[in-house]
Amino acid sequence: MHSKKPFYILVALLFIVGIASSIFRGIEHNVPFLPGKQVQSWTVEAKVQFKATGKPAEVSFSLPSDPAFEILVENPSSPGYGLSITGDPQNKRANWSIRSATGQQNLYYKVTIIPTGITKIKAIEEPKIADTYTWPETEKVAAEQAIEEVWAKSATNLSFASQLNKAFNADERSQNIELLLSSNSPSKLFVHMLNNKGVPAQEVSGLYLEDQRRRQQLTNFVEVYNDGEWHLFNPSDGTQGRPDNLLLWDRSGKSTLDVIGGTNSQVNFSMLQDTRSALATALDVMNNQGALDFSLYQLPLEEQSLFKGILLIPIGVLMVVFLRVIVGLKTSGTFMPVLIALAFIQTTLLTGLIGFILIVAFGLMIRSYLSQLNLLLISRISAVIIVVIGIIGLFTLLSYKFGLSEGLTITFFPMIILAWTIERMSILWEEEGPKEVVLQGGGSLFVATLAYLAMSAPWIQHWVFNFLGIHLVILAIVLLMGQYTGYRLLELRRFKPLAGE
Amino acid sequence: MKFSFAWPSALRNNGVLCMNKRNIDYIGRCNPRKFYKRVDDKLTTKQLALENNIAVPSLIGVVREQHEIESIPAMVAAEDGFVIKPSKGSGGKGILVITKVEAGRYYKPNGQEVTPSDVYRHVSNVLSGLFSLGGNPDVAIVEGLIQFDPVFDGYSYEGVPDIRLIVYKGFPVMGMLRLSTAASDGKANLHQGAVGVGVDIGTGKGLHAVQFDQPIEFHPDTNKKLIDIEVPHWDFLLHTASKAYEMSEMGYLGTDMVLDRDKGPLLLELNARPGLAIQIANNRGILPYLDNVDKLGNHNMTVDERVEYAKKHFCHSAQL
Repeated sequence: MHSKKPFYILVALLFIVGIASSIFRGIEHNVPFLPGKQVQSWTVEAKVQFKATGKPAEVSFSLPSDPAFEILVENPSSPGYGLSITGDPQNKRANWSIRSATGQQNLYYKVTIIPTGITKIKAIEEPKIADTYTWPETEKVAAEQAIEEVWAKSATNLSFASQLNKAFNADERSQNIELLLSSNSPSKLFVHMLNNKGVPAQEVSGLYLEDQRRRQQLTNFVEVYNDGEWHLFNPSDGTQGRPDNLLLWDRSGKSTLDVIGGTNSQVNFSMLQDTRSALATALDVMNNQGALDFSLYQLPLEEQSLFKGILLIPIGVLMVVFLRVIVGLKTSGTFMPVLIALAFIQTTLLTGLIGFILIVAFGLMIRSYLSQLNLLLISRISAVIIVVIGIIGLFTLLSYKFGLSEGLTITFFPMIILAWTIERMSILWEEEGPKEVVLQGGGSLFVATLAYLAMSAPWIQHWVFNFLGIHLVILAIVLLMGQYTGYRLLELRRFKPLAGE
Repeated sequence: MKFSFAWPSALRNNGVLCMNKRNIDYIGRCNPRKFYKRVDDKLTTKQLALENNIAVPSLIGVVREQHEIESIPAMVAAEDGFVIKPSKGSGGKGILVITKVEAGRYYKPNGQEVTPSDVYRHVSNVLSGLFSLGGNPDVAIVEGLIQFDPVFDGYSYEGVPDIRLIVYKGFPVMGMLRLSTAASDGKANLHQGAVGVGVDIGTGKGLHAVQFDQPIEFHPDTNKKLIDIEVPHWDFLLHTASKAYEMSEMGYLGTDMVLDRDKGPLLLELNARPGLAIQIANNRGILPYLDNVDKLGNHNMTVDERVEYAKKHFCHSAQL
């Protein structure tokens, strides 16, 4: 006797790989586990305006970089301008340039983003200890006192920043802070004071995302580094942490917009919220990242739709194996019900059932005439195939004439399978009588209907096509069922007389 | 018919073998694929049986090609009746029994006339593989009619009763007599409505009877009490079945035999996938017997020793 260990290891392996790859695909690639899932997306348009002076102009505009949002599509538009995008992914800038321009200039940058759910800003590398800021003589004493006061009440970089933030926004601010704020912007002052204690911090700007807003401005925030992570503070209103609807636009610490050869430059933003299919979004993201992708979406559309059908067959086959091995139903022709179920998917169930019964009934009538002719089996079946095609053609034509568009789908039935079914049923009729024909034919249709119901469920169609790992799981289950030596459900009834005593 | 289900544990306790276990643990393990031809091809079985001195029904002829079909009337002209069967048929499909040949006219056991062209069509279907496993081209065997032993008079309706024995590794472990009924159209296949009577391996006496998997007491057509039956030549039948093991080298084998009035027990066919209904006919599970044989391990018992062992240990009264 062979050891069954390698077999079970194989099955477990298939199972684990199948499940793991599906989960990976769901979590890592954001492929939704349910079909028809929607995600929110935002379209943000930045409009850069300046007055050109007729000389060569150069505009450098920082582009959003925020781990909380994934960029789906971005397109800068600026007729007449040369454009280059520079910088690393964390610090991208759009550079527009033109030899000569006069008057009001409008440059646009449009981006579609989706939330990723990552709200933490991880530091890519340990930031440098910032240079200490040299205070002007008038502020030096006030600043040092204020810093020491807050420093004494803090334990870590983060608590220092929180305390500082509190001190900035206290109802009764200390005189020192009052003095400092009178000549500094809160965020700048915040950064300087942190830097003085060697805490890495920088000014960043962000955009509040609100549906259908126009002419919005960036808001200044301060990022404080603590233990591998950047924390967001807003010293102007004393809040800490990031709001859900905030898009960090510029984290370079430099200016957001630089214009050379123009005056009166400004930037404002308008935005729009949208819902789109989670699946399409995930595919777009994967496409953007150029991720090594084994999904079938890389195939041409025609092959994709072909595979959508083919990948349903394992489900139908699984159904048949289950009904035969575990339940104990008999089907005429092992996998004939799967093929019929595939046809049902095209025709829909009711039309399919009616069409199938009509064709088989007509076929049986014609077959009974053919049987009197004493033909060889092979030519008899061939004749039945041709007749079946004729019947299908006739029904299609009739239903078209009567305006029954459902009837047109009848052409999806596999003709060879139908011909064999008719031949088998006809022999069955002669040998065992019509009752057996109804019984076996009904049984096959029943299995086909179950297979159809399984195969037509939207979430199953979604899974078999988007999570290819699921096929490994099906393979594992089929292999396992192939080892099942227990009683079939219907045998429990059949052997009932033997259970007694 | 009641729609009640048994608990799996109850069946397991009674040692009931089920389809999946039969396929995997017995057929898959004990029946080497390369020997299937000896069993699935009735013509090969017949030749093998003759080489091994096992009596089989007489062979009238073999039709291998379509153009030979029309030689059938000449072939059977001198016979009282004949049987046409596909060599590779299964489940009793495609067997045509003619019990009366009269002036070129043929009659089935129920008196229905069969025209020569019906016979031709049937044989043509056989040759095309309509009844064979997998639809492969086949040959038709024309056999002499079995004149069945009058001991079974009143027990069988319009057909030949046959004796099915399950032979496991050469030991006959369970037996059943199959009697045709009006419902089974003269055929001895249980799923077509024949009656199965479990037979005591030790004595050849009837134990219990079923039709359509339900226990019955009397033959539905003749009303004879079924368990009164006693199969004659029982030892000979056990020996023949046991010998079929050496002949076919199949570990899990069903042997079908008939009793001919003149020629005695004849081996009708062998079956590599014998059905499970024999358990219902015997009203007991087959697994304890199979396990008993497995416990013997490697043995070098002769046919006689195996039959003696089976009679002693597998008879109805024996405790396993």
